[in-house]
Amino acid sequence: MLEEKIIELKKELVEFATLVEAMIMKSIKGLLKKEKTLLHEVIEDEEPNANTFEIKIEELCISVIAQYQPRAKELRTVLMIFKMVSDIERMGDHAVNIADSGLFLITKQPVKPLIDIPRMADETVKSVDDAIKSFINEDAALAKNVCERDDIIDGLQTQIFRELTTFMTSGPTTIERALYLIRMANNLERIADLATNICEDVIFMVEGRVIKHHIEDNNDQ
Amino acid sequence: MERHIGVRLVKDMAFKGLICLLAFASALPLFLILYYITKNGIAVIDWSFLLNLPRPIGETGGGIASAIVGTMMLIILSGVISIPFGIATGIYLSENKEGKLSNTVRLCVIVLQGTPSIVIGIIAYIWVVAPLKTFSAISGGIALSIMMLPVIIKTTEETLKLIPYHLKEASLALGVPYYKTILKVVLPAGLSGITTGILLSVARITGETAPLLFTAFGNQFMNLNILKPIDSLPYRIFYYAMSPYPEWHTFAWGASFILVVFTLAFNLIARGISAKWKIQF
Amino acid sequence: MENTVLKVEDFSAYFGDNKILKEINLTVTKNIVAALMGPSGCGKTTLIRCVNRMHELIPGTRISGRMRLNDQDIYSMEPIVLRRKVGMVFQKPNPFPTMSIYENVIAGYKLNGIRRPREEFDNIVEQSLKKAALWNEVKDNLHRKGTFLSGGQQQRLCIARALAMNPEILLLDEPTSALDPKSTSQIEELFVELKQNVTMLLVTHNIAQAARVSDVTAFIYLGELVEFGPTEKMFTVPKDKRTEEYLTGKFG
Repeated sequence: MLEEKIIELKKELVEFATLVEAMIMKSIKGLLKKEKTLLHEVIEDEEPNANTFEIKIEELCISVIAQYQPRAKELRTVLMIFKMVSDIERMGDHAVNIADSGLFLITKQPVKPLIDIPRMADETVKSVDDAIKSFINEDAALAKNVCERDDIIDGLQTQIFRELTTFMTSGPTTIERALYLIRMANNLERIADLATNICEDVIFMVEGRVIKHHIEDNNDQ
Repeated sequence: MERHIGVRLVKDMAFKGLICLLAFASALPLFLILYYITKNGIAVIDWSFLLNLPRPIGETGGGIASAIVGTMMLIILSGVISIPFGIATGIYLSENKEGKLSNTVRLCVIVLQGTPSIVIGIIAYIWVVAPLKTFSAISGGIALSIMMLPVIIKTTEETLKLIPYHLKEASLALGVPYYKTILKVVLPAGLSGITTGILLSVARITGETAPLLFTAFGNQFMNLNILKPIDSLPYRIFYYAMSPYPEWHTFAWGASFILVVFTLAFNLIARGISAKWKIQF
Repeated sequence: MENTVLKVEDFSAYFGDNKILKEINLTVTKNIVAALMGPSGCGKTTLIRCVNRMHELIPGTRISGRMRLNDQDIYSMEPIVLRRKVGMVFQKPNPFPTMSIYENVIAGYKLNGIRRPREEFDNIVEQSLKKAALWNEVKDNLHRKGTFLSGGQQQRLCIARALAMNPEILLLDEPTSALDPKSTSQIEELFVELKQNVTMLLVTHNIAQAARVSDVTAFIYLGELVEFGPTEKMFTVPKDKRTEEYLTGKFG
């Protein structure tokens, strides 16, 4: 009985995460292809869906704990799913922010050719995808790998920030657009961060180890 | 300290030794009886002894066939009467633990168990022999059945009381009426104990002599008519033992041996059944 | 209503002058597991035994109110007829010791003198043992006495015996209390499958079991029905304070 419930929970979570991953990709695609409809879909259709999912999965987690008293790995699984749900929902919020920024930017002249933002978006989506994969396959090694790649994404964000600040000094008319681009990069960075949170939760679920806040590295020292 | 322990050990062993000695002393008479009977009786046993009717003194041969058949008939007669009544009463008592009738019946059972067998014989004489104006197998059967009743009733009651309530519940919950539950579920479950009780009471009455003196009386011919007198092992033994003839004394030993074998056999079968059929709850 | 199997209306039960159950009202719908939970002595066993009128076997009991089984008044029926429509499984497994496994399963028919052709009995035995998840373990030993079975297997035999009569509702009085944890969990999994076939009313003093196994739960305390509703809701957001205290172990 408990086993079936956990399988159901995992299925729901993967469905939710896949929906949000699609939201992220759609919002970037809408910006790059300058397609307003895609961006509107993200904001108006898919976001409410995501919210419903969040509530549904949370309630399911609570009732599983109340009714079935899971222990050991099953307990870690249910608790981590509960946690991941809120992180995934926040990813969705950031995707909406990106779509929002996109709606503004596609009506304006690009400040510069978009190279780094798409690259950053690619890396971010890859992290999200790998995070979901590591959950499905209970692959702690993949999860660890995603956490390590977070530095790359942070690096890209810093790079974009520096570049755009230089641009802004070249003329006040670029400021508004540059700020929107910076906002977009920040949102992408946050999404990648949330993906690493999910990976840390996966590692706890699979191995019972806590690796967040670099606690292990601190302990080794 | 050590001295005290030593003394205690010696006392221990002395006590154990005393118990063993007393137990042995109690068993000794039994062994002696069996030994004597076997020694004296077995010499007489042969097929002619077992299959021939008693002959008058002077004639050779002769045996106890009539007595053996008679004892078996008496057992059957008394069983046919006492078993149904006994089991039914036992069922009644186990189902009604309190109540005027139950308590009265229980009292009667106790009294009956303590009644001397000769008194029961006299009563059977008054009830059956006098009206029929003849000694008969049936009167002997009735006397013996009265003696079997207390044992059967008591054993049945105790056996059925031991059967756990949840067995009855299971049957009742299936919509089985109460009386059927007793007959088809409870009784079969207690069959081991009840059968043991019956066999033990049979073992007891096999050797009863006194009541038969007034009722079945004895018969040197083979008789299967229950309204006529019938021979029996105890009676035959009495008859032969009381006679002045030494040959007949040896016959008495032989008959005693057969009787002991019968009684022993019933007892052993009863134990065997008790062990093999017993249902653990 | 067609979906209601058992309807209890203002039902009270007395032992002499003691009011054991106080105006209970509840409804059990088809193909679910309904659990009755509560501290010892709260009346839950009495309630379940009133459904098949087994409590009447104890002298000095009386009832008031109504109980309807599939729209028939339980207290107007012949108790014997009623009990053939209601299956019951007890706390201590009680297969009949003098009967073989085969005979035990169809005991309800045999003891009641209900005759059927041999093939039909064979079929009933197989189906009932399959529904009780015992068929594979005993199919080669049907004509042996059930005494060699373990406690959990004996209890499943009792379940098969009850199912063989095609009951309209199956009453279970703490069916796993006397069993080890492994047998308990096997039987709990059995309940989840069984409810497709039959409606079940389960008395348990084990709160976690009620949570795991039932669709609806009734909490009974001191003879009163305190709360009755979907299990999920009762265990996450109980409505009555007494329910909350019982669930969190403040009493009972």
